[in-house]
Amino acid sequence: MNLLGKLSWAAIPFNQPIIMGASAFMGLLVACVLGWVTYRRAWSYLWREWITSVDHKRIGVMYMILGLLMLLRGFSDALLMRSQQALAAGDARGYLPPEHFDQIFSAHGTIMIFFVAMALVIGLMNFLLPLMIGARDVAFPTLNSVSFWLTAAGVLLTNISLFVGEYSRAGWMAYPPLAEAQFSPGVGVDYYLWALQISGIGTLMSGVNFVTTILKLRAPGMSMMRMPVFCWTALAANLLIVAVFPVLTATYAMLLLDRYLGFHFFTLDAGGNPMMYVNLFWIWGHPEVYILVLPAFGVFSEVSATFSGKPMFGYRSMVAASMVICVLSMTVWLHHFFTMGASANINGFFGIMSMVIGIPTGVKIFNWLFTMYGGRVRFTVPILWTLGFMTTFVLGGLTGVLLAVPPVDWQVHNSVFLIAHFHHVIIPGVVFGIFAGYDYWFPKAFGFKLDEKWGRRAFWCWFIGFHLAFMPLYIVGLAGMTRRMQHYDNLAWQPYLVTAAVGAGIILLGIACQAIQLTVSIRHRERNRDLTGDPWNGRTLEWSIASPPPAWNFSLPPQVADKDAFWLAKRQDEAPRRKYQAIELPKNTSLGFLTAIFASFGGFALIWHIWWLALVCLLGVGIATLAFAFRKHDEFEVPADEVEQFEREHLVGASA
Amino acid sequence: MNVAVEIAALRPATPPSLSEAGPASKRTTAGFGFWVFLLSDLVMFSALFATYAVLARATAGGPGGSELFHQGNVALETACLLASSYSCGLMSMAAHSRRRSAFYLGAIVTFALGAAFLGLELHEFGDMAARGATPQSSAFLSAFFTLVGCHGLHVTVGLVWLVVMGAQVAVRGFEGAVDRRLLCFSLFWHALDIVWIAVFTFVYLIGVHA
Amino acid sequence: MSQVTCDHAPGDIPEEESTHSSGLLVYTIGLLLAVALTGTSFWVANTHLLWGPGTPFGLAVLAIAQMSVHLVFFLHITAYKDSTNNFLALAFGVLVVVLIVTGSLVIVDDLKMTTGSTASLSMPGR
Repeated sequence: MNLLGKLSWAAIPFNQPIIMGASAFMGLLVACVLGWVTYRRAWSYLWREWITSVDHKRIGVMYMILGLLMLLRGFSDALLMRSQQALAAGDARGYLPPEHFDQIFSAHGTIMIFFVAMALVIGLMNFLLPLMIGARDVAFPTLNSVSFWLTAAGVLLTNISLFVGEYSRAGWMAYPPLAEAQFSPGVGVDYYLWALQISGIGTLMSGVNFVTTILKLRAPGMSMMRMPVFCWTALAANLLIVAVFPVLTATYAMLLLDRYLGFHFFTLDAGGNPMMYVNLFWIWGHPEVYILVLPAFGVFSEVSATFSGKPMFGYRSMVAASMVICVLSMTVWLHHFFTMGASANINGFFGIMSMVIGIPTGVKIFNWLFTMYGGRVRFTVPILWTLGFMTTFVLGGLTGVLLAVPPVDWQVHNSVFLIAHFHHVIIPGVVFGIFAGYDYWFPKAFGFKLDEKWGRRAFWCWFIGFHLAFMPLYIVGLAGMTRRMQHYDNLAWQPYLVTAAVGAGIILLGIACQAIQLTVSIRHRERNRDLTGDPWNGRTLEWSIASPPPAWNFSLPPQVADKDAFWLAKRQDEAPRRKYQAIELPKNTSLGFLTAIFASFGGFALIWHIWWLALVCLLGVGIATLAFAFRKHDEFEVPADEVEQFEREHLVGASA
Repeated sequence: MNVAVEIAALRPATPPSLSEAGPASKRTTAGFGFWVFLLSDLVMFSALFATYAVLARATAGGPGGSELFHQGNVALETACLLASSYSCGLMSMAAHSRRRSAFYLGAIVTFALGAAFLGLELHEFGDMAARGATPQSSAFLSAFFTLVGCHGLHVTVGLVWLVVMGAQVAVRGFEGAVDRRLLCFSLFWHALDIVWIAVFTFVYLIGVHA
Repeated sequence: MSQVTCDHAPGDIPEEESTHSSGLLVYTIGLLLAVALTGTSFWVANTHLLWGPGTPFGLAVLAIAQMSVHLVFFLHITAYKDSTNNFLALAFGVLVVVLIVTGSLVIVDDLKMTTGSTASLSMPGR
């Protein structure tokens, strides 16, 4: 029995210069960060204030940092693909061999969906939900920390695959029989599966946490119909997480059993059914995209209302549309495999449902338009992202309605037309939404605004770059180009792919602008300080407290009388007597971080068949949990005069 | 403008509806959160059930349910689990009224019945394997072992949890967090019996009947 | 109907049953009902009491009845105002389960018809 399982020096791809270069670069970056923290002697601060924190605001920021960093990784995969496809036409071979290219497109999709979009969306919801509903924290703060760290463990495993072993070549969906041991005997698919199983548990826990928070922890007076629209879309998204992530867990577990223990769920022999995997995967997969886009819709609702100076138009219909989307999203999944062979009746049913689901989304678009109509719109950076979204997403959605027609889908399924479609909805929908939210709530989180000028430049680069990168793909997809091509013979496609590569380059400029924006903003933060807690003349409760908020959020529980609670309060001439009481807060814990350590090592051990280490890590999680369960004190108290002192030092709003 | 008002200053004209009553108690929050988690667990089981239903005839020429399932064994397992649900209920009542020895008795009986269930199930699995019906033999068997085995794994986790809860009560009594955890445990244990109802009906009884 | 001011964790023993004897009664009735229904299930499966093709449906009905007994008598889940959230959550969960299971069965069965794949359903008589 080999103590290191399948692991050996041969696992490191010394003979692949691009991969070695990328690994060295990432290693260097990590070393720089660790070195800088050591130089600033910030380890105990980091440990105390961030790593062991159970504060939803800290955890939300950490999720966002994780997501933004992984955006860089996922985007470099995109640049590699675009440049390869721009070059490899006819006799030219490009520079990426097929085995490497396959890993790149697999990693790109996986990272972007799971570790960028999910992380950023969950981060945003984490930071905002308790603030918007007037609560002190989420329902289960320790669980929140564990969720974040499990996601981080998944990120770590995925990135380690870059220089120890290889990544999956089976695409971000990992369909059997390709993903089975018979056709993917290496560790790649195992990296994919274990990283996602581990982070999937974290996501499911977040879903449970947020559903409970929204339904059980709202401030007095805040009935469901007085919640901000963002809270409704977050509720819908988290209900979907709770509803469908278990399906993904079960599906991956079955594939893992096939690969590790020779089971026959999805194999080609002994009665296995690969089509069942596709069915189960998309039962998760379709609701997943709504999990991503619904909170982004919520961001657009908040941003458009605030910067139009008007309440959200059609609050009730927004709520209804969000919940209808939530339910309908679980009735359309077959449109991802129209071509797998179902009969016309079944294809037709799911095709019609896929068109029906466009209706509540259309309702939302009209509501955003009517919110802005008749208002005094301030063209801030968040509104730019919103307008960019509204124009672009509608077109992307229309291509979706086109694809919902089964005969049309049969022509373009798995072509780059499909690639164009889903980027045409995800980027303006999810990515622009996250960027709008990032810009809008940055001052609340850090106490100073982001630079406007660089924000605008970033937006325009993204907007123009996106169109250049993806519109050509529609054309070349209709012309017959399939997805995931490392090389193609038809030279007529090349100009389009070159254009697409240029588009990707312009997006890169956009990302650079965002990096500059952040640096410039930090450097000039005193100039852009938010002293009132309400830099945008906001409408919802999060703007009624200091920027950044104290650990306990609200010194006194808000009493909510109607929607847009803060807007209402600003218009009333109240000078409430403030009598503060001691506040109980949950204690920090290292349980989340320890769980991640064990999950990372354990996942790595399982991937490389180091069974003893996997067992040790499993026991480690158990022992850490037991230690946590038996700790003496779960909470600590913030004394009343500390609360009072904070309030005196951070008077918010107009009244003193 | 601070939205906050003193709680004492609140004197609403009509009592607030449940939706407006403000944050729920820790116990309600914990119980509801765990309930939502259990529903997600139910969804995971349903994915395994759906797969089992799809693969139940895929015996690859090997034995099917009617050849392998023992009604008597299943009836015994069902009786054990059902009885353990009852004893768990009694245990919850004892915890609720803070009666320590009744609590421990309920816990021990629940544990014993749960362990008996597991023992019977492991014996059944061993028996099948000895007859050459392993999960590697066919898709049907893969699905069967995974579905029933996953339930058994949950029961195992439940038994470990029960032991830990016994230790917690011994060390810390029935205070706050322990009480909430006991509530979550009983939710879990009853839910496992509900899943078992689906298992013995749709796997064993229908399987034998086919 | 009186206003409810605080809601009720799932699984919590409701106030009316907090006395020892009434609580015990509820659990015991639940147990007896469950035993009766379970016994009926086994009997139905093993005898030809129900018309052959109807047996699976009969068993399903009995299973649902048994689950309801557990929910009501052991878990105290009701549709009363103090328990609305718990009940709604359960309804949502059931909806999801129904969509997943029936959706999968319908789709895979259809695929089998059109593609002639070897995987088949467990439903007897198909």
